[in-house]
Amino acid sequence: MSTDTTSAIGQVEGEGATRHYDVDNPAPYIEAPRKRTGKTPKSTRGNFEMAAWLFMRLSGVVLVVLVIGHLLIQLVLDGGVSKIGFAFVAGRWASPFWQTWDLLMLWLAMLHGANGLRTVINDYAERPNTRLWLKGLLYTATVFTILLGTLVIFTFDPNIR
Amino acid sequence: MATPVLDKTEETSGASPYITVTFRIRRFNPEVSEHAVWEDFQLEIDPKERVLDGLHKIKWDQDGTLTFRRSCAHGICGSDAMRINGKNRLACKTLIKDINPEKPITIEAIKGLTVLKDLIVDMEPFFQAYRDVMPFLVTKGNEPTRERLQSAEDRERFDDTTKCILCAACTSSCPVFWNDGQYFGPAAIVNAHRFIFDSRDEAGEQRLEILNDKDGVWRCRTTFNCTDACPRGIEVTKAIQEVKRALITRRF
Repeated sequence: MSTDTTSAIGQVEGEGATRHYDVDNPAPYIEAPRKRTGKTPKSTRGNFEMAAWLFMRLSGVVLVVLVIGHLLIQLVLDGGVSKIGFAFVAGRWASPFWQTWDLLMLWLAMLHGANGLRTVINDYAERPNTRLWLKGLLYTATVFTILLGTLVIFTFDPNIR
Repeated sequence: MATPVLDKTEETSGASPYITVTFRIRRFNPEVSEHAVWEDFQLEIDPKERVLDGLHKIKWDQDGTLTFRRSCAHGICGSDAMRINGKNRLACKTLIKDINPEKPITIEAIKGLTVLKDLIVDMEPFFQAYRDVMPFLVTKGNEPTRERLQSAEDRERFDDTTKCILCAACTSSCPVFWNDGQYFGPAAIVNAHRFIFDSRDEAGEQRLEILNDKDGVWRCRTTFNCTDACPRGIEVTKAIQEVKRALITRRF
């Protein structure tokens, strides 16, 4: 477990001392987190993390308007939740404005939530396999919901039997 | 009676200032057992003394095998950061009376780094992250014959982050670092901030690029644990957000 740091700054106290963990010296082994080798890339996917961070802020602001407006119309104004029925939805989706509203809300909310869960998985799932499966499940569910929702909004037929 | 005043004070201060406190210390010795155990120590101590004094009393009078780091013992060197009553603090800046001595005082090593023995952790990953952000002045061109001058306002810009003593209290209080040691951690970002916002330095762009990494500033979840833990009162989370802002405004 030598620290192969290709740093130009030179050796620092304690570095280079090899430590052995075996039966006589069973310290819990944590792999050196910032181990640097010659093959370690200098920068990795940096811009994606920045874009994701920025997207969370911007989509959050837009979603506040979209979701509160949506809740007001659906649940509070003009008779509240009791008015919602097939006819009500069909009437709303007859207008391109509400189609766009719902489409935007669907995409932003799903991506916002999925990205949030991605960071939660990154922070809490410790084993690589757990991470892989949780993220796989998350991405599958996200893509499925977004595609199905988009399909319904675009191909909605008010005269369906 | 050459010194009557001294005699008198000795008589009047009959009540002992000492109280009995219990130190509950997380002991770990890899040569004895692979498990860490809590061990209680009872000691008589003045509540106005510091936790470090209590640790000294234990090491010198009760159990010489107790192992911990300390150098200056006055909050400057940053050697004795430890988790006292569940919070990261410097043992040399924490008074016994401030941390509820009626109950046992729990003392353990800082989290997220490999424990080597008792309260000593392997600081190498922490310093590796520190070295990765190039914590030194980088300039181009000819060396000036005099010192590099700077206005008071330019100095004020990064004044807060010059106070860091590299004790690792912030980094080892960060939940993101606990789970993934690849994260640079607050301390490295604070020390990058100190040079990024220094008007004399010319490698700010390079440092920003390093912190733009996927293990860089974007992993910060603004939980403010680092700001709470910093024994020097540095607004660590604010510094991290300033680096984020610099990264965003640089691009757009």
